[in-house]
Amino acid sequence: MAPRPLIRLARRGLSLGLSLLAIALAIFGLLSLAPGDPLAQMPLTLPPEVRAAMREAMGLDAPWPTRLGLWLWQALIVEPLVLCDTLFGTTWAEGAPRLISWHSRSPVMGLIADRLPQTLRLMGLSYALGLACALPLGLWQAHRYRSTADQATTALTMTAYALPPFVTGLLLIWVFSITLGWLPSGYDNSLRITDAASLGTELRQLILPVAVLTLQITAQLTRHLRASAIEVLGADHIRTARAKGLGPRALLMGHVLRHSMIPVVTIVALGLPQIVGGAIITEQIFAINGIGHLLISSIHAGDLPVVQTITLLVAVLVVLANLLADAAYRWLDPRLTR
Amino acid sequence: MSLRPSRALWALGLMVLGLLAAPPLWAPGATAPDLTLRNLDASFAHPLGTDRLGRDRLARLLLGGQISVLTGLAGMALTVLLGTGVGLLAGMSRRLDPWLMRLTDLCLALPMLPMMLLVVMLFHGPLTAALGQTVGSFVLITTVIGLTSWMQCARLIRAEVLRLSGMEFTRAAQAMGVPPWQVAIRHILPNAMAPLVTSATLAMASAMIAESTLSFLGLGFPPGTPSLGSLLHEALPYLGTDPARALAPGALFALIVLIVTWAGESLRQSYDPRQ
Amino acid sequence: MDFVQLKDLRHNRFHWTRRPAKTHAITAVIALCSALATPTQPLAETRSHGDTLRLRNWQAPATLNPYLSAGAKNVEAASIVLEPLARTNPDGKLVPWLARSIPTLENGGIAADGTAITWRLRDGLTWSDGTPVTAADLRFTWEYCMAEGAGCAQAMKFDGVSRIDIPDAQTVTLHFDAPRPMPYQAFVGPETPVLQQAQFADCLGPKAQTCSAQNSAPIGTGPFVVKDFQPGNMAEFTANPAYRTPGKPGFDRVILQGGGDAAGAARAVLQTNEADFAANLQLPPEVLTSMQTAGGGRLLTAFGPLLERLVFNLTDPDPASGATGSTRAHPHPILSDPSVRAALSLALDRKALVDLGYGPAGRVTCALIPAPARFAPAQPEDCADQDLARARALLDQAGWRDTNGDGLRDKDGRPLRLDFQTSVNPVRQDFQVVIQDWWRQIGVETNLRAIDASIFFGSDPANPDTFQKFDADVQMFASAFAGTDPGNFLAGWRCENIPSPETDWQGANIARICDPGFDALSAQLAETADPEARAQLVQKMSRRLTDSHALVPLVHRGRVAAAAKDLEGPRLNPWGSPYWNIAEWRRAP
Repeated sequence: MAPRPLIRLARRGLSLGLSLLAIALAIFGLLSLAPGDPLAQMPLTLPPEVRAAMREAMGLDAPWPTRLGLWLWQALIVEPLVLCDTLFGTTWAEGAPRLISWHSRSPVMGLIADRLPQTLRLMGLSYALGLACALPLGLWQAHRYRSTADQATTALTMTAYALPPFVTGLLLIWVFSITLGWLPSGYDNSLRITDAASLGTELRQLILPVAVLTLQITAQLTRHLRASAIEVLGADHIRTARAKGLGPRALLMGHVLRHSMIPVVTIVALGLPQIVGGAIITEQIFAINGIGHLLISSIHAGDLPVVQTITLLVAVLVVLANLLADAAYRWLDPRLTR
Repeated sequence: MSLRPSRALWALGLMVLGLLAAPPLWAPGATAPDLTLRNLDASFAHPLGTDRLGRDRLARLLLGGQISVLTGLAGMALTVLLGTGVGLLAGMSRRLDPWLMRLTDLCLALPMLPMMLLVVMLFHGPLTAALGQTVGSFVLITTVIGLTSWMQCARLIRAEVLRLSGMEFTRAAQAMGVPPWQVAIRHILPNAMAPLVTSATLAMASAMIAESTLSFLGLGFPPGTPSLGSLLHEALPYLGTDPARALAPGALFALIVLIVTWAGESLRQSYDPRQ
Repeated sequence: MDFVQLKDLRHNRFHWTRRPAKTHAITAVIALCSALATPTQPLAETRSHGDTLRLRNWQAPATLNPYLSAGAKNVEAASIVLEPLARTNPDGKLVPWLARSIPTLENGGIAADGTAITWRLRDGLTWSDGTPVTAADLRFTWEYCMAEGAGCAQAMKFDGVSRIDIPDAQTVTLHFDAPRPMPYQAFVGPETPVLQQAQFADCLGPKAQTCSAQNSAPIGTGPFVVKDFQPGNMAEFTANPAYRTPGKPGFDRVILQGGGDAAGAARAVLQTNEADFAANLQLPPEVLTSMQTAGGGRLLTAFGPLLERLVFNLTDPDPASGATGSTRAHPHPILSDPSVRAALSLALDRKALVDLGYGPAGRVTCALIPAPARFAPAQPEDCADQDLARARALLDQAGWRDTNGDGLRDKDGRPLRLDFQTSVNPVRQDFQVVIQDWWRQIGVETNLRAIDASIFFGSDPANPDTFQKFDADVQMFASAFAGTDPGNFLAGWRCENIPSPETDWQGANIARICDPGFDALSAQLAETADPEARAQLVQKMSRRLTDSHALVPLVHRGRVAAAAKDLEGPRLNPWGSPYWNIAEWRRAP
């Protein structure tokens, strides 16, 4: 009896591992076809011998199996070992060649570690706010199903869902930053939080980017929450509860909320790739130095190691989120563990 | 505002027709430069003014709308084609179903925007060199959109195909000895039009959004081509001094996408067996 | 969203037995963890803005070692910390920096036969960590760049240096393998500063790429030292306690921030006071002028050697020629005629081009070497006027007439149609559109093509779209020469430097010009040392090239920067980094 969930988990883990490997191969395969030259940004006064020497030093001309093997080994073995080293003070990865960015000659993971906090902060805050807005909104809409208020709110959420983040971002910048002047249009990446004043500045400059992303998340979640809440409202046991005389508030909070929360986990996990895309664009508009911004600038610079690694990381993140959602889903819904 | 599908579809049809069929009215002003008319303000002859090369801004805006809608339609067509193909195959063939579903799950797990950026970065050069900047970008964007959006459509079609396969008329056709591909094309597909049309409309909206995102990031259409996304991209430096440059394409884009989404949502609601 | 999963739920009956708070807890914990997991920045002392110089560049530096990457953003950022023996000031004159004086023939610094140059270091020079700067550091820097496998981007500045002698700790002598009239290449300018031997000793050869600690925080003699460097993002510097001039620099702290775009950087300086200085602003002219009138700061411009030009292909790129396309085996059927080229050049309105693309950041010029002033002709604008009538007349005389009435000239059955390609760049695309329109007015049809910059300027020999392969009739791009002397630059147009299959399509003579008279002048220039004579020769050579109309200068492009109202000291330098005199900058009282 006991091994069955473990076996299932192991099988899931194995298939996920294989999917990750397939994703890594797909990414590398795509990128190895890149025709651009990372040295094209160098000034034209650079003579050809120097260019050739630089290409060789960057390892650009090695055959593709070598580069693939090296990348996989560096990304999957060396870099986690380096992480262990920094966290636990061990020396397992001493002397091993690390993934080096072609453009900045520094370790890729260092670049990513520099930028990760900003992206996490942006996405974490947006998700928290989005959930906080979507839950009451979706429930209230289901409660007032088919009324004018419901339809108006549906139209609003549909508008927010349909508009891409760069349109809402530009609109918000124009209204709040340029016309009203209340909020800054750019993000000061060098701001250090040292006292209440700087914390206030940091919060002020986060408002617009977080608002853009929260709008997207709220719209996405509200639609699905409303749909699942409506389904639950039509269920037998809810009708029984109403027949028993349960008031609307107790009904919504006590029964409907719990039951319609189950798909939220799945929705959050499945919607993650879209939100990552939204975060990339938001970072580009507001010049926040997060992972998305690093990805775009590395693409423009033709910096393959960084682009490869970031795409792999995002894919890993999405796959992990799906795994977590799966596990949480099974735990939340007792029917599935039977 | 009731979400009756007929109203929404009328609006959609009218808008698409208007954008696609009206070029003779404004096309010349959109492309030919005239350095004597640079940067004029709004006037009767030029309702939105002229741009830095003397071209009428309203004409360029409409041309941009046309390009964006065309790209959206083409992307939608490819998405629906791929998705329907995979969904049909998965629903009809028991052997291929688990593999196709695994492939769909794998593709769903890939982050969309980074993968789109990747593919655009790789193939932009060779394609534009072979086919010219505009046509090459068009082909590239359409392909990228199709390759990254087919999964939702495939899942929907597969679910519908599975449902229809269990029905009497399909079993009857199979019992009569109709070959499976004929069953698929003649019997199942016509009955699966509901989710197909729904996902087609929604796919068009997301195709337009994808194209605008790419152009906005500078990786879509080349700088001279006025798609709505690249018009927004060009207007960014002027946001502080002349915000109308960004607001006009943004408003038109929002309008088009909203109408398309409205049509798709109302279709989905009307075909939902829940109602 | 996955409709299948939701629909599956619909049919099941529920019996909830778990505690309701669990679902709240899960989502709350997930969201909270992600928001709180991000570490806040470490505490630092609060500084008033008067102490901190805030710099912006639309591209953030990727490395602080100019030997590993010749990109302007890296070289400029590094110039805040690392210094060379001599620098060029905005007027084009060499000024000694770490050296005591500029070596010349008169003071014996340059050997009489031109094969050696001797530099003497200032007295009492120390690195920012207190150790003295010696000649050994200079020789080590040369070895560092020349080492096998280092991938040094500045190797050409040490071109011809056969050995370096160290007579004493303050003196260094560079020996060349052949007499060089202009020996001021090595250790002059921000591209080749002095590196500390003690710091970079373990970074020779292939290890140069991986010494990220050294590359991110090089020890230098400059007014600031590196405190923190985040590649591609920002760099933070603090004042050098061991700086040689007391009372300088005028700031305790410098923050160089990049990323974002030029408009944001300009806005930060000129409108919102979020920065003090923004360099390398490439913006549409209307935006520049409107920001200037906002009054928050001032625009600085400086004009160096950067010239936007048209290049005509004197050879036939026809793919029917196969592998010998774009080589001298097949002269161009249309553009070999100098009157056709002259007509095409006459149809251009350079003033309109400058207004359209660059505004205050551009100047009209018809000279190939527009700066420094001693190499430029007296009247650089004497070809500025557009003359469509004369252009049409020239084409008529050359035998190109419209015989079939389609609006397009033709001759012997060949229509006058040209392929015009350039890199993807909004200003260049605009130029292409207007030039196409002007040429249409004189009866020439043009097909426009734009190629990604990473491919156009890449050097892949197999790629047909590089600017060296020149698979078109007309190209447009900008180039400049390093330093203040265009000798090597002009030598690039010798016959032997034509890109061809034998040279893997490498070579600087993109137009495929082969003029024995020009080659002779270039050989003469290589042996001339007298500055006056050099200036005359250079003017003669550049006039010869522009008179042939194979190269058509379009716009003299300058560098633009924005400085805050209360910032004193910045002087934009077209020959070096915008921060070349950052030690002199101060906040106005």
